[in-house]
Amino acid sequence: MKAAPRFVAQLAFTVLVCAFLIVPVVLSVLAGLSENFFVGVRSGLTLRWVGQVWSLYSQSIFLSLGIALACVAATLVLGVPVAYVLARRPGRVTRLFEELLVLPVAVPGLATALALILFYGEWRGFRASWLFILVGHVLFTLPFMVRSVLAVMAAIDLATLEEAAASLGAGFASRFFGVVVPNARHGILAGALMVLTLSVGEFNITWMLHTPLTKTIPVGLADAYASLRLEVGSAYTIVFFVMIIPLLVAMQWLARERSPAMARRDER
Amino acid sequence: MSDSAAGVRLARCAKTFADGTRALAPLDLEIRAGETLVFLGPSGCGKTTLLRIIAGLAQPDAGGRVFFGHDDVTARPIERRNVGMVFQSYALFPNMTVGENVAYGLKVRRIGAVERRRQASRLLDMMHLTGLGERRVDQLSGGQRQRVALARALAVEPRVLLLDEPLTALDAKLRENLRIDIDRLLRSLGITVVYVTHDQGEAMALGDRIAVMSQGRVEQIGTPQEIYYRPASAFVADFIGTMNRLRGECGDGWLRLPAGALRLPAHAAASDHVMFRPQDARLVAPDVGTLTGRVASAFFLGNMTRVVVELDGDQAIVVDTVERRAFEHGDPVGVDVDADALLIL
Repeated sequence: MKAAPRFVAQLAFTVLVCAFLIVPVVLSVLAGLSENFFVGVRSGLTLRWVGQVWSLYSQSIFLSLGIALACVAATLVLGVPVAYVLARRPGRVTRLFEELLVLPVAVPGLATALALILFYGEWRGFRASWLFILVGHVLFTLPFMVRSVLAVMAAIDLATLEEAAASLGAGFASRFFGVVVPNARHGILAGALMVLTLSVGEFNITWMLHTPLTKTIPVGLADAYASLRLEVGSAYTIVFFVMIIPLLVAMQWLARERSPAMARRDER
Repeated sequence: MSDSAAGVRLARCAKTFADGTRALAPLDLEIRAGETLVFLGPSGCGKTTLLRIIAGLAQPDAGGRVFFGHDDVTARPIERRNVGMVFQSYALFPNMTVGENVAYGLKVRRIGAVERRRQASRLLDMMHLTGLGERRVDQLSGGQRQRVALARALAVEPRVLLLDEPLTALDAKLRENLRIDIDRLLRSLGITVVYVTHDQGEAMALGDRIAVMSQGRVEQIGTPQEIYYRPASAFVADFIGTMNRLRGECGDGWLRLPAGALRLPAHAAASDHVMFRPQDARLVAPDVGTLTGRVASAFFLGNMTRVVVELDGDQAIVVDTVERRAFEHGDPVGVDVDADALLIL
């Protein structure tokens, strides 16, 4: 039992780090449920602020969900074929393309947004619509979809599977939808959840691109913190958590689902 | 199925890769309908490239043509050539059950679900996989997977069956079993088969004819017996089985060595070397042998003993013997070689 003191020390450190991260979040949630933040929980618990957030920002919530779903659809349509090409034709050009794809993640969101505004700002109708924000989100989330799908495609011998399908008479469309996509489904699903989560939570680009009529949840959150009672801002956080945590849990669950299959593949 | 079998003819098929490497020298070749032709050679000899050209997965250089029977299929992609293909890595679809894998080619051909299922279970029975149709692919052993791959390739009644090192990924015992099954299957189906391997045992056992390849060329094409007993080149002689090679001085129709002298065959009376198989030499008493030497090492292999003899004058040969005696290092021995088994290349 020599290892016991070390184990206790490690446990204590882990708990400390967790507390450091979690306590502020818990406080924020409590603040959103308290009658008066300055008095604390003793002032009584209420759902008033959550209700207020709903009445003020329900439109933002629906807009965010709409954009997130559209973003998933767009990244699926764009990202899966891109990942397929990258997996099937590894070379210098595709490698470069893969790097370029990650640029919108590396470059500050504000810069990306500014570029979009400079370039498309003239088209008033487009500039003012939610589609403008969607473009920003797609730029930002596409690499996550591509990487996720590519990782799975690279792990299976896609070229040989396709050759086998072709030898049996399958044309390109049959091969792509009958063999490629089903065998990349784990990567596609993980990518879709990732994109959904990122889109719902995206702030930098959206904050620059939004108009008073196209506020997403995170922009509304900034808005609420800046201009309303602290309790309302905190209640907003709760709403945000309710939306985002199921997505995060789904992603974790998916990652666990996948690992036994991966392990089996390695065994061969 | 034999009605649909077609011969394959290659006319001036060459292959140069984009980087300028010559993978295949221009080749004319005919594979007869119903025949099993094995392409045998070391890795990088061009045998897989040749298979891919026949399959339609690679195009020959301009001017090369591929015929299935009388059809020129050169311009047709693989999906319209009606071939069956079996890969070293099985290439089964992980997203489908065993039965769905076997029926995939039929599904692509828009054959109804009931008929597909009937065909799939018939083929699984034929491959000794009865009742495994509902299994997932990853629940099968390597040998079972390759049987499924074979069933899948045969389900579409291909004109030509192409096998690319199908047994290489399996361990020795399974390989032997599956090889025997494949042999029986191919003979009963009467289908045209092109089989690629680097394993001469497989080639000998399965091939009606063997094409030995080296550096993008077919060195020799013939029945296993022809290839083994009458190799056309030194490469073939060395690549297939074990071959002894002795060098010496030629004089009056004899090859003179420090260890003795061998009479050269009349057609090659001026050669400075001879070759022969280990089983074409016999160990005899030291005083009566044509050649003399000492035992360098001996390996008892069960059905025979393989003896390495260090001949007087520093050349070594291998002799196979069924004698039931223990050979000791340094034992003096004599060696006789069958005169008509001598090869000169």
